[in-house]
Amino acid sequence: MTDIDYKIVVGLEIHVQLCTRTKMFCGCELIFAAEPNSRVCPVCLGLPGALPVMNKQAVEFAILTAAALSCKIAGLTKWDRKSYYYPDLPKNYQISQYDLPIGSNGFIEIPLADEKTKKVRIRRVHLEEDAGKNLHTAENFSQVDLNRAGTPLLEIVTEPDVNSDEEVRLLAVELQRIVRFLGVSEADMQKGHMRFEPNVNLVIKKDNAEYKTPITEIKNLNSFKALEKSVAFETQRQLDKFLESGTCLQSGNKQTFGWDDIREVTVLQREKEEAHDYRYFPDPDLVPVVVNEKWLAEIKTKLCGLPLKMQNRFVSEYGLSDYDSAVLTADRTTAEFFDSSVKAGGDAKRLCNLITQTGLKIANEKGCKVSELGISPQKLAELAGMVEAGQISATASVTIFEEMIQSKSSPAQIAESLNLLQKSDAGELEEIVDEVIAANPKAVEDIRSGDKKSKKAHGFLMGQVMQKTKGAANPQVVAKILNSKLNS
Amino acid sequence: MSKNILKLTCRGLRDSIAKGEVKSSDAVSAVFEQIEKHDAKIGAFLSTFKQDALKKANEVDEKIGKGKPVGALAGVPITVKDNMCTTFGTTTCASKILQNFRSPYNATVIEKLLAADAVIIGKTNLDEFAMGSSTENSGLKKTVNPWDYSRVPGGSSGGSAAAVAAQMCFAALGSDTGGSIRQPASFCGIAGLKPTYGRVSRYGLVAYGSSLDQIGPLARNTVDCALLLNVIAGHDEKDSTSVDEKTAPLCDWLEKIEQPVAELKIAVVPQLFKGADGEVVNAIKGAIEVYKKLGAEIVEINMPHFEYAIAAYYLIATAEASSNLARYDGVHYGYRTAKPADYIEVYTKSRNEALGQEVKRRIMLGTYALSSGYYDAYYLKALKVRSLIRSDFTAAFEKADCIIMPTSPTTAFKIGEKTNDPLQMYLSDVYTIAVNLAGVPAISIPCGFDKNSLPIGMQIIAPAFAEGKLLQVAGMFENETDFHTKSPVIK
Repeated sequence: MTDIDYKIVVGLEIHVQLCTRTKMFCGCELIFAAEPNSRVCPVCLGLPGALPVMNKQAVEFAILTAAALSCKIAGLTKWDRKSYYYPDLPKNYQISQYDLPIGSNGFIEIPLADEKTKKVRIRRVHLEEDAGKNLHTAENFSQVDLNRAGTPLLEIVTEPDVNSDEEVRLLAVELQRIVRFLGVSEADMQKGHMRFEPNVNLVIKKDNAEYKTPITEIKNLNSFKALEKSVAFETQRQLDKFLESGTCLQSGNKQTFGWDDIREVTVLQREKEEAHDYRYFPDPDLVPVVVNEKWLAEIKTKLCGLPLKMQNRFVSEYGLSDYDSAVLTADRTTAEFFDSSVKAGGDAKRLCNLITQTGLKIANEKGCKVSELGISPQKLAELAGMVEAGQISATASVTIFEEMIQSKSSPAQIAESLNLLQKSDAGELEEIVDEVIAANPKAVEDIRSGDKKSKKAHGFLMGQVMQKTKGAANPQVVAKILNSKLNS
Repeated sequence: MSKNILKLTCRGLRDSIAKGEVKSSDAVSAVFEQIEKHDAKIGAFLSTFKQDALKKANEVDEKIGKGKPVGALAGVPITVKDNMCTTFGTTTCASKILQNFRSPYNATVIEKLLAADAVIIGKTNLDEFAMGSSTENSGLKKTVNPWDYSRVPGGSSGGSAAAVAAQMCFAALGSDTGGSIRQPASFCGIAGLKPTYGRVSRYGLVAYGSSLDQIGPLARNTVDCALLLNVIAGHDEKDSTSVDEKTAPLCDWLEKIEQPVAELKIAVVPQLFKGADGEVVNAIKGAIEVYKKLGAEIVEINMPHFEYAIAAYYLIATAEASSNLARYDGVHYGYRTAKPADYIEVYTKSRNEALGQEVKRRIMLGTYALSSGYYDAYYLKALKVRSLIRSDFTAAFEKADCIIMPTSPTTAFKIGEKTNDPLQMYLSDVYTIAVNLAGVPAISIPCGFDKNSLPIGMQIIAPAFAEGKLLQVAGMFENETDFHTKSPVIK
């Protein structure tokens, strides 16, 4: 058997649909799944004489994202026409950016499984308009829906720094989290807001020689699952093919594949890389965009800490688990709400529990964010403080949380009015403990015997006290009194 | 009565209508009488809107009768070149590919004309997609020169120029990418103004060469051009290349034109007289004498890159055109081939069947110029030449207020004379093209007649956004001469 080792090399082209109010170059509103050809105007239909007008918000979103990915932001950027004929492209050219992309030379940091992170370099970030959709539902003709035509798309191109199918997925998930965090895209995979095109090949070491397999591009993947599986499939396919034929990377032998979601295989679409000549040239209908320091600074004020940075800070500063921290930083407003609550004086772990276990559940049911439930970080911090101080039980905190959504009262007032304050008054509790001890000599004997029945008996006595106080006793205080009585 | 109405200038008619001396409906009836009598021979119009025009005229008359306020062109019959989108009628660009195309929106200039209460009576013929210098490239109609029916009216705004010259309207809008307003104005003995690039919105003007295209007026004299410019100029948020009014303030050009320019300095470029007909040169020299008598100082200058303008233009304009015209593909609107075998044939056959020779030639040229491996040698180089030509103009305007030269090297040529030799045709725009490359404003006004009694045009060129000065200089000449008052005898 020959000695063989290989490395996967993947670079990605990613399209992210921006959540601006209107399209990239006209005033049509962006609405998903409207009646075909109902969100169109002379500009996005490419009618004679119509002219594009740049959507400033889209440019700001693009700059924001590029800045978040540590890109160099172009001081001067422009629009270029990319020419190709296709029925879903009404002008038969796409307005895009060629030699002066908005951002270049950045990186994205992705979390790896073993709590390490990896930097994947970003080659460029540019803006362009999306095409429409060709519909092939009829028998002998096709139809074109141009609702999507002109939608702002951010194209992000990475360097070939990704080295496994898992890394590909982690990068995609992290990018989704970032664009959501920045509020520039809904990044809803089901609505096609993110589309991936990985370029895959292998570097194979065999008998002390190194070989590179031909690059394949997998087109138009719109789920994390398809992305990961297609790269895994392609890895194996390329390895098998190499072992069978020994074919290596040459100029011009790049192939294009599609992904069959049902059979879970890649399907060859184009044998050779087509010698596409897009005849790029500057769009004379649009003026170049000058990104001056003032504007850039203004945009950068919206730049928040990236989710991964925030996640790591929550672990190191607040002592949260990696898991909890990831849940909190899945959404920017939630992460910021949590952070503000901690800064308002609440205990981080209690707050995390309140938000992840109670808040997110209620917010999901209501279809809003935790921060939109009407509870201020200050009040949530108060609530966490009451749990921490043993004034209320964890169970009671859920009831109070729910009540706080409707009520303007403080958590303490609510606890009071719902009678949820725990009894921590040692004098009052001592009497009850005495009563329970007197009524259960058998259990007391079991505890004092110190054998294995002891623990169960202890629990029984605790339960009796709680029952007599209707659950309002602070269990820590009860245990303390009980222990001191039994040990005396 | 109607004959007398037709003799009025645009401004004269406007004032008479506003004062209630002439009814707009009579003016509209008069031009339609003229159109019905002569347009079968002249062929200026691709479409007319008699009923709607009369209705609008009556509305204006009623408003004026009631003393209500009206717009700056109230009741005046105007025509527009058929490459400006209108919600009424068709917008054909004189191409079979758009023969039945109806626009769902109005071009900004159309909105402005309507807001000024102008009566749009029809849409005029042009070289297909404005590509040509004689209107012979129209895919739909033949237009002749009202001064001599065996000759071309010039182009591409030949229909607009012929309609004004033949008194079938009082003014017209044209578009000018390489001389398409000025050259037909010159051939038809009228005034034609190409404003500074960015002065007038291009929204709704079907694009040919987007970085060069500019809409402007064709009219009987400079004053009428000023009146129309007052109406159509201004920033438009729908056109990113239209200039904001802080950079280029608007003014009342009608008022401006009243004043002569003090200490006027006029530049002439002797090298450029070489290529023109002797009679044309003499007429321009005569015009310069008129300015001298008015006290103008004449400065001889050199414009070293002027001669490269045609070469640069036919790369830049065609490159842009190849992309601008890609949308006429038979898929979304316009002509579609009858029985395509597949979607590729929808493209190839539709375009092959419905686009004319010259349009195809320019698309091919432009596609080639933008192709990978040729871009730097052709398109990019042309852009460099363009910036050198701009600097020629900048240098010239440091020495003089304006530049005077012929509009065209010849008077109107015979129909068919240049159709088999595209290069000869291209060369007829030698004086006008550089102006578009530089983006500066220029006007053509009548300055004489040749031995065949054909009008000769003089071109005056001014710095960017100096339309005021341009119109003043042209107005000074018109005050001293009567060439602009001559009309062809229409048989």
